[in-house]
Amino acid sequence: MRALVTSVYVFLYTPIALIVLFSFNAGRNASEFTGFSTEWYGKALSNAFLMDALQNSLVVGLVSATLATLFGTMAALGLERVGPRMRAIFDALFAAAIVVPGVVIGIATLVALVQVFGIANGALAAIWPGDAPPKLALGFGSIIAAHGMFTMALVTMIVKARIASLGRDIVEASSDLYATPMTTFWQIVLPQILPSVLAGFLLAFTFSFDDFIIAFFVAGSKTTLPIYVFASIRRGVTPEINAIASMVLVASLILILSARLLMRDGRNTATT
Amino acid sequence: MALTQATRKKLVTLALVGPAGLWLGLFLVLPFIAMVVFSFGRRAPEGGYQAAFTFEQFANLGSRAAAFANTLMLAPVGALACLLIAYPVAYYLAVKAAPRHRLLLVSLVVVPFWTSLLVRTYAWMYLLGARGIPHLLELIGIENVRLINTPMAVLLGIVYGYLPLMIMPIYVSLEKLDRRLLEASADLGAKPVSTFFGITLPLSLPGVMTGLALVTILLLGEYLIPQLLGGGKVFFIGNALVDLFLQSRNWPFGSAIAVTLVVVVVIVLTIAMRIAWRFAGTRQVDLV
Repeated sequence: MRALVTSVYVFLYTPIALIVLFSFNAGRNASEFTGFSTEWYGKALSNAFLMDALQNSLVVGLVSATLATLFGTMAALGLERVGPRMRAIFDALFAAAIVVPGVVIGIATLVALVQVFGIANGALAAIWPGDAPPKLALGFGSIIAAHGMFTMALVTMIVKARIASLGRDIVEASSDLYATPMTTFWQIVLPQILPSVLAGFLLAFTFSFDDFIIAFFVAGSKTTLPIYVFASIRRGVTPEINAIASMVLVASLILILSARLLMRDGRNTATT
Repeated sequence: MALTQATRKKLVTLALVGPAGLWLGLFLVLPFIAMVVFSFGRRAPEGGYQAAFTFEQFANLGSRAAAFANTLMLAPVGALACLLIAYPVAYYLAVKAAPRHRLLLVSLVVVPFWTSLLVRTYAWMYLLGARGIPHLLELIGIENVRLINTPMAVLLGIVYGYLPLMIMPIYVSLEKLDRRLLEASADLGAKPVSTFFGITLPLSLPGVMTGLALVTILLLGEYLIPQLLGGGKVFFIGNALVDLFLQSRNWPFGSAIAVTLVVVVVIVLTIAMRIAWRFAGTRQVDLV
């Protein structure tokens, strides 16, 4: 059994380890290591298209994760105060956001936004006094909206689980001691849920940073890092892609390990 | 004007859940409605959508039967393949592993899942491609081996991509298992094999069902793995959707396929939850 488990770990890590190894390969072959070189990293880092895509991914990731964390945490707190029917509706919507395949979220958002933009642009053109009315189009806004919708559901789930494990005694004790609801929130509730909020933020960012399929539909003329990598792969496998892939791997590794460290205290399951 | 306590409380609640509700309404519910409306429309001559009320898009689903067949075949097969490998690993982590190593070992399983699927799939594309393993085989005299762009390559990519997601729920359900039951079973003279099939396996079934459901559902909407490792030869519903929306611009037909995909997902989820509830005896089965 031990041997089987060991081989599964080897299976999980060998391909990514080889990608990192061959990103330092001087030659172009995937099976022969012909010498150590950091040439491909230099090429990748001086590639203007790649840097532009990276910057776009960082902006989309930071904005969508921030909004998702803020609204998702607020929703998790607010759902403690609503009636059972309202809570059931929200639970169903959050669950739907998580189980609906990314490809469907991308398509549905594309279809709806193109329709809405068509109407809005027509109206804008009609009422705009100048010659060149502003035009709404797919871009940062639509990627942020779609990523944030999904990751907000993720954040709410994580924070809600933490709130549920808190118990109400501590909040009641605080109000028995004449703390105002605001004081109770800042001094009792927030410090307790903060690790899960931060973990939610990191997972939201990681998701947005790694997502290909939703952005592929709603990015319009913008290119995110996964879209750039995908397009490069279709043009042909090169060691430069290995270098980019290695850097993406290291970035995700740092993010996910931070999230796990944050979530380690005070959680009883290891589902994420 | 002084607000009553009750009104103020309601306003605070509204301010808390309002933004999330609005976001879900605008970017989940509204798009979904738009997609359903599109699925009953017609393709405009220049591509895109023309308003209509017709079932012809749904009647035409048969023309993408290959994509549905591939997906509905490889998604469950892939999930089962994941399960066969995942169960022993989860069992080892929950029951056999030394507690001081457990956290590290579990982290090592989770981490790959949260790193880019694109990069992890690319890794196999690189290894299976002409310059990878086939090239190595050529060096030892085995020529003309084709690995990439085959159903096996897609299956391998699926197992590689989703194994962590299968291990986790099974691990969680095995970890919750009361060890005293296993001891009692052994004390009463049960062989380890009968303890496993009589106690361990039935009690871990909710985790197994959660894992199967999660992996199957994600695979039903998969695009990258068949695209990169199947090279257009192993075509999934996701690939058909990208093709219809971004290349041939037949949005109503694409919407009809997407709506059908959601229906399939809901059916799979309902069946899985039913089975999981029956075994767990409770509705508290965490899907996330």
